[in-house]
This record gives sequence, structure tokens and C-alpha cells, in this order.
Amino acid sequence: MNQRSRLNLLVFQILVISLMVALFGRLFYLQVASGPKYRDAALSIQSRDVIYPATRGLIVDSSGVPLALNKVGLAITIDRIAIDQQPDQGIAVMQRLSKLLKLKYKDIYRNTRLCGELPTGQRAGCWTGSRYQPIPITKDADPDTALQIVERSDQFPGVDAEPIAIRNYPGIVGLNAAHVLGYVGPLTDSDLAKGDGKQYFRSESIGKSGLEFSYDSYLRGTPGIKTLIVDRKEAVTSQRQDTASIPGNHLVTSLDARLQSAVEVALEDAVLRGRANGYTSDSGAAVVMDIRNGQILAIASYPTYDPNAFEKGLTVQQASDLYSEKKGVPALSRALQGLFAPASTFKTVSVIAAKAAGYNLNASYDCPSEVQVGDRAFQNFESKSQGLMSLEKAIAVSCDTIWYRIAFDEWLRDGGLRPKSNPNDYFFKAAQSFNITQRVGIDVPSESTSRLADRAYKKSWFQQNKDFYCNYTERASKEQQTPFLVLLAKENCVDGDKIRAGDAVNFSIGQGDTVVTPLKLTQMYAALGNGGTIWQMMLGKAIVKTDGTVIKTMAPKKLGKLTASKSTLKFLQGALREVNISGTGAGAFAGFPISVSGKTGTAEVFGRNPNGSLKDNTSWYASYAPTEKPRYAVVMMVSQGGFGASTSGVGVRKIYEALFGVSENKIVPGAALFPDGKPPVKLPKISPATKPKVAP
Amino acid sequence: MSQISARQRLYRRSRSSIFHGFDPVLTAAVALLLVIGTLLVYAATRDWYARNGLDPQYYLKRHVINIAIGVLLAYGTTVIDYRLLRAYTPIFWGLSVLGLVIVLIPGLGSTVNGARAWISLPGGFQIQPAELAKIAIIVGMSMLLSERSHNSNEPSSQDVLQALLIAGLPVLLIIVQPDMGTAFIISASVVTIIAVSGAPSRWVAGLLIVAVLGAVVATKAGVISEYQINRLQTFVDPTADTQGAGYQLRQARITVGSGGLLGTGLFNGPQTNGRFVPEQQTDFIFTVAGEELGFVGSGLILLLYLLVLMRAFSIARRTTDPFGRLMTTGVIAWFAFQLFENIGMTLGLMPMTGVPLPFISYGGSSMFATLIGFGLLQNVHARSKG
Repeated sequence: MNQRSRLNLLVFQILVISLMVALFGRLFYLQVASGPKYRDAALSIQSRDVIYPATRGLIVDSSGVPLALNKVGLAITIDRIAIDQQPDQGIAVMQRLSKLLKLKYKDIYRNTRLCGELPTGQRAGCWTGSRYQPIPITKDADPDTALQIVERSDQFPGVDAEPIAIRNYPGIVGLNAAHVLGYVGPLTDSDLAKGDGKQYFRSESIGKSGLEFSYDSYLRGTPGIKTLIVDRKEAVTSQRQDTASIPGNHLVTSLDARLQSAVEVALEDAVLRGRANGYTSDSGAAVVMDIRNGQILAIASYPTYDPNAFEKGLTVQQASDLYSEKKGVPALSRALQGLFAPASTFKTVSVIAAKAAGYNLNASYDCPSEVQVGDRAFQNFESKSQGLMSLEKAIAVSCDTIWYRIAFDEWLRDGGLRPKSNPNDYFFKAAQSFNITQRVGIDVPSESTSRLADRAYKKSWFQQNKDFYCNYTERASKEQQTPFLVLLAKENCVDGDKIRAGDAVNFSIGQGDTVVTPLKLTQMYAALGNGGTIWQMMLGKAIVKTDGTVIKTMAPKKLGKLTASKSTLKFLQGALREVNISGTGAGAFAGFPISVSGKTGTAEVFGRNPNGSLKDNTSWYASYAPTEKPRYAVVMMVSQGGFGASTSGVGVRKIYEALFGVSENKIVPGAALFPDGKPPVKLPKISPATKPKVAP
Repeated sequence: MSQISARQRLYRRSRSSIFHGFDPVLTAAVALLLVIGTLLVYAATRDWYARNGLDPQYYLKRHVINIAIGVLLAYGTTVIDYRLLRAYTPIFWGLSVLGLVIVLIPGLGSTVNGARAWISLPGGFQIQPAELAKIAIIVGMSMLLSERSHNSNEPSSQDVLQALLIAGLPVLLIIVQPDMGTAFIISASVVTIIAVSGAPSRWVAGLLIVAVLGAVVATKAGVISEYQINRLQTFVDPTADTQGAGYQLRQARITVGSGGLLGTGLFNGPQTNGRFVPEQQTDFIFTVAGEELGFVGSGLILLLYLLVLMRAFSIARRTTDPFGRLMTTGVIAWFAFQLFENIGMTLGLMPMTGVPLPFISYGGSSMFATLIGFGLLQNVHARSKG
């Protein structure tokens, strides 16, 4: 061997060793350094998770009566793997099935496609779950149809009928409560994309609105997961894990099924009474709250819808009706989302403001037919002159002009259109002490925020609208160019950011730009009744495990305290009682055996209905009872329902009749819904079979 | 001592025991690789065949038969005096060139993975002439470069040219198939043999330059098929193709990586049992080791290969016969480059080609050829003693 040979052999040997070292290094990098990463990647290639939804927890009322439970439905399902292996990919089977179920073939086809399999824009109805679980075509088939499928399995290979749990709102004692209970629906891509920290599994049903949404993480439970290991041809080779599902927890609410039903009936009656009296009466809301802790005992909104429709599968007609103006937009909860001027119910705020401004609450004041405010005359309600009266009487008979005068005087004192740098703003401050622009904090989604037309509001309003008003002739439509509106626009452009005399005067009687939700007004009257505490409003009381263990109790929460003195509140409580003795509520509550304190409100609404008619007044009645030892706040609102007393006042009386067991002006022994005078505190035993207690 | 009597003594000694003259370490390492390979071939095919209603031991049985034939061939290669090989080498070379021509004839050659590399035989058997060509080229070149027509310590340029001619024709035929993996392995071995033969350095340098230029020109001029370019491109950017070569390379890497330190255990790899990696009993068999035996098991395989190669290097050093040394060098180069190409491809270090893993992959021609190669190493070892 010559020298070069020897050297080259050595070089070659070093090369070979280097190659082997390179392989070792790479192997180490792949298997040891990046092993976990590749293990995850491999797992996603091999494994297919099949999700078995957990049984959803019940929603029950305060005595355990189920408001939402699970029903056994008959699901007709298609096994995608099986039909895909048929020579025609299951077309014939799906066509036969569409005839049997009287469904469109296209719908069945879409139902059984994974969303990713369909082109964008044609994904409605696609299956959000996995290919490896049976895909339901309907969840509520009738037994005859199901039997046909099972018996003619040669005609329907890959189709099965099996009982499954579906959400059901039993509507015990006729209650509806659709807006607060909400509904469940399949998990969608947008739910997944929300990234709200909740862990979802595809093909799960989740709460979409109401309590079902708010308490979804408790109610839903943990689905069972079966991990299947598949091969390249997607055939199942083995099973890796099989965790059983953990049923969801139950939600105990403060609602009372019987009261809820009575409130819904009373509200519908009130709406229909308004219509009978010639008013448009398009919608309404009613709320009953425990004033000692903020718990909601009943909450109703009119019009409403069938909460079970969602689980059955909404038809296109049903879906569009929910938002149809003609049907009164049933999807909208008036109690949570309706914003209306509070009108005379707001005079309680004005009393507190007057007291703060130094007015003697026990003095007498003149209630003329009109008051001159600047260059405009403001009329009393129905332009009646009622002469000298105490402020208590002024509340009872709902005199407006007394408040115009006080509000105007205070506005002038604060500098009028050129406000002082540090105005007293007694009216605004009195209103602010009710936390009006803070939500009531109810534990269902989509609560609207009430609006207070104070100085800050005016400023922000002006910022948003000055361009429109200052260029009104260009910006406004032809119909809006009436001389009055043009003049108004000019005024708005000049001093739209300021509280004008008219604004101050309107504020004092709850008109103008101040609007509140029925919930907010309930919270305000509860505070007047309980001595000044503003409670957070709550529907949920506790979360209870299936074995009865209490997981969580929702503690009542104080959101604020009225600034009014004890004596002012006492005065107000007397005045509100007087309303039902000698004032505007006396007719509605004539002969009622339990003393109720309340206030009527009849709010003017500007604008026209779609049919061209002028909008009717909003009818309010806000109250608490019993006067001596207040426990319940009850508020009813009927949009375009006319007078506060005759439409809503009578409605609220009906609610109290149910609550206290009153029939024909007499307390029927044992008929009160809460025999010891207060809603139950103890948590109930939970069973889907619990029946409401019925009065003898 | 006359040449003849020495030869007779060697002959007698080799007759005394059938294992006499075998390098025990080399033999043990190769035997272990054969056992591991058998288990891996079984692991790669068992589940899938059983699940699809076929005989789960179909590949196992055939693999064992291949090994048995291969071991006989290795034994034969070991016991005959390799100097006798010289007499048969021209015939051997001629046959493999003939085979390489036959595969290109439509109807006779069959295409697997885009390369016309196979001759189908009755009974479902196939032979791959390129595997035999490797041996013919190594032996033929070693012969030419070790026998001097003149009195010099190093091969002349004429010798080198002749040797290149021996290698060039089969390599060209293999490129036409096209089987770039095998062409690469043979070319690299050829350069190595020439370098170790002591030929002038300009030959080595020149050949390396020609190899690089050749690769560039072949790619540009379309000598390399679109299929080959795809494979190369997906090597550069594995995400370029989701179902073809890139997909296979990614699946291979995931399968190996998922094995981690200890692996899933033999027969328990879900990637392997699900057959997510193609060709996993042949070209991608290392993925089975990676997944089921983990870093520990696949590292052991690498160590065994290293042991085989290092033993072969010491054989090359110890022999006094230039022919034996060159042949040993050729076999080392063949094994080393082939296993590097195969495992490197599996691990994502090398572009995708269709070369089997020596001693482990399923496949008759390859098993026979590598065991004959092993026989050649043993042969040189046996004759260099004493």
C-alpha cells in the first residue's frame, strides 16, 4: 500500500465515521430533542376522538320544579363511514330516507357533510362533529318512523334510530320564560373561534342564550371521549382511551314556576287590555324581585316564543318570525333590553333632588295647569290645575308642574345655559345615586344599559351629532325639512351640548332622553322599599351536583346605596303608599287587602308606528309590597299601552294577587305562594319529577 | 515457501471448520442486524395484512427465505478463494449489464416508484439487476486497479480509465431507469475505490467535479425525470407537496420522531400498524425501528452498522493483497453510502430515493447482494490471516 492509498483510506474512514455521527445526531434530534412534538403530530394523524356529550344539568326553580330538563328523543342517525363505503356513497339510502322523513334530500345531504367538505356559503346545516360519530338527521322522530328504519335495515344500511337526550323546557304550570332560560344549540365555528377560555368539544350542544348560556360551563358537564386509532384507510384499529362523561351540574334559580306563570298571564292580560282600550300595546315586560337580596322571582317579556323550537330545529319561517317587526320581535327581551322613558315613576328621584336642594318636603306647593319655562309653556299632565298641595299629594296625583318649577329654578341657579363651573346639579346627582347607567348585573346576557340625560350625556351626544345638526339642510332627508325641525336643528347646533331649560324640566318628570330598562326601574324601587340598598339582580341561586352536593352559591351583592337620608326615604315611602290610597293607583288597587306602595308612569313617546299612527304612551307601574315590611318589588311596563294605572297598574295587582293568594279582595288562607311571607331560602332536592305545590 | 504450498495450506485450513476464518465480531453484528431486520419486516406488515384478510406472515416467510438464500450465497462467497472471482467477474459484469438493458425493454422490465428497475420472474419474484451490478463493478474495478500491467506502485491513468469504463456503462443504464439513489451509491463507491487505489489525486478531484457538474446538467437538461426533480424539491421544501414525496418524507420523520427515547415497543407502533408511511418494509423500514424501538433501538442499529464498517476497515488495513483491499474498500463504500442514503432519507437528511437498507430491508435482490458483499469481506479476512 502506498502512502496515498493509506492516507485516502484513512480519509475515507473518517468520512464514514462522520456520516454515522451525522445520522446519530439527527436521530437524537428527532427522537429525543423533538420527540414530544412528533408524538403530538403522530397522535393527530392516528387518532380520532369521538365525543359523547354529557347529560346536561337541570335548571330548576327555587322549590326544585324543573324549568329545563332532558327528554328522550328518537334520533335518526346516519353513519358516515358506512354510507361512504356504499357504491353510490349512500345517495340511494339518503333519498329513501328523505321520502320516509319527508325532508329534502339536499338537507339530509348537507346534514351529513362535515362543514369543511362543503364550499363556503353552502355550509348551513353542516355537521360540526366528527365523521366517526352517528350524525343525527332528526332528534325527535316519531316511533313508527323509527321502527320502519330498524325493521327495514336492508333498505337503510348505515341508518339507525336510537334514543338520545334532548333539551326540553317542560313549561310546567304553563310558564314560558323563554328569554331567561335561553336555549341550547350545536357548537359552531364562531363559538370555537371566540377563544373565551372555555373548553369546547366539537359536536357538543352548548347554551346559546339566557341561563343556558350564562351557566353553560356548569350545566354542560364533561363529555366522554373515546379515542380511536385509525389506519391510513381510516379503518379503526384500536381504542386508546374511553373516559365516561360526567353529567352537568344543576342550576337552582330564584324563579318560582307558579309566580312566573302568573306574571306571564298578567302581562299578556295587560297588553291585551291596552289593545282593548285602543292602544297599540305592542310589547311589555314584568319583573318580580326579592328586595332584600336582588333575586328575581319572575321575569316576563311579551311577545315571546317557544323555547323548544330550537332543539326541534327551527324552520326558516320560525327563524325569521323571531326577528320580525310585524310579530313584535319576539326574540327581544323587553325586560332586559327594552329602553323606555320612566316618566312619573322618576319623580321619586325628583323628591330626593328637591330635598337636597333645601325644599321643605312637608310644605305646600302650587300645581298649576302650566308653567312658563323661558319662552315655552310646559303643561301639566292633561293640563289640569290642581291648586295648592303637599309634595306627598303631588306624588300621589302625579302633578308635573310643581317639578317643572323646581327643576327650572334649580337650572337657573346652576347658571342656565351658561352653567357654573361647579353646578349643584341636585337632580342629576339624585338620579346618579341610583346607579342608573350601571347595569343591574343580571346573570343572563344582553342586558341593555339605561341612559341618564345628564351633562356628560349631553356632551357626548353633541359630539356625535353636531355635524348632522349644524349641516341639517344638507344632511337631513326632504321629509325632515319642516320649519319646526329646521329650527330645532339650528338650536341643537348652537347649544346642543348644554342642558337647556326644557331638558332640565323634562328630566324632573322622567321624560326626554333618560331611558331605563324595566329591570333598572325594578332595582330602583326595590332600593326605595328596602331602605336604600341597590342589589345586583340575580336569577341563579346555587350550583348543585347530581349527588346533591352544593358546589357554589351565588351570594347577593350590594352594588350601591342611595344617598337620600332616612327621613327622605320615609317621606317617599309614605307618598308611594298614598298613590294607591288616594292617587293615580287608587283605582287599580281598590279593596286590595295588602298595602302596596307604587307609582304610575305614563311616558310620552315621539315618532310613528310603521302603519303611520302616532306612538302611544308607555304604561308603567313600579311598586313594592307589603308597605309595612317590604319584601317584593314588582314592575310592569307595556309599550304603547296607554295609562300607567289602567294597563300596568291593574296588571301588577294581578301579580300581587297570585303572590299573596288574594281572591276577590280577600286573602285566601294557604293560597299565598310563599306561606311564610318570603321566598324559600333552603335549596330544594332536585329531581326532574318535582311538581309545583298547588294551593288547596 | 512456494506459492502453491501456501495456497494449499490455506485451502486445508479453510476446510477444517465451516466457520473457520470468519470474523466473529463482523459475523455477530451482521447476524444481529438480520434478526432485527426480520422482526422489523414482520412488524411492518403483520397488522395490515391481518386486518385486510391476508396472511400476516406473508412477508416474514419470504424474508426468512431470502435470508437463508443470502446466507448460502455469503457462505459460498466466503469459502471460495476470492482470487477465483477474477475469473468469473467478466461474466458476472456481462450478466448484470444485460439485466440492466432488459429492465428498460417494455414488457420485460417493471416499474416500481417511477423507476424501471425490476425484471419480473414467474411466481411473483422480481430481480433487480442493479444490485448485482454493484458487486460486478466493485470486483471488476478492484481487479483492474490492483493488477498492474507495468511496474509501478500506483495505477496509471489508463488503468483508471478502464476502471471507469467498467463502472460507467452500468451506471448510465441505471440513470436511465432512473434510479438516482443506486447511481449515487455506485458513483460514490467508484470514486472511493479510485482514491484508495493510490491513483493520482487529479483523478479523484476531477471525478468529484464531474459528479457535481453532472448532477447540475442532468437536472437542467431533463435527464432526471420530473419525478426525480419532485423528490429533490420536496427534500428542499417538504411542505411543497402534501400527498407525494413531501408527504412521505414528513410522515417518515413524524413516525421516527414519535418513537422518542424508548419507542412504543415492537409491534405496537400505531404509525407503523396504520401504515401511514409508504414502503415501510423496504425503503422506509427504518421508520419502524424509530417508532417501535425508539432512540435506544434505532441507535443500536446504527452502532451495529458502525461496528460492521469499522471491522471492514481493519480487514482492509490488515490484508496485504491490493485486490482484497480495494474490494473491501468498495464494499465499505457501498454499505456506508447506501445506509447513509437510506437512513438519511428517512430522517430528512437526504433526498428521497428508493434504496433499501442493507441487511434489514425486505427484498431478495438487495438481501442477496448485501450478503454476498458480507461474504466478500469475510473472504478477504480469511485469506489475510497467517
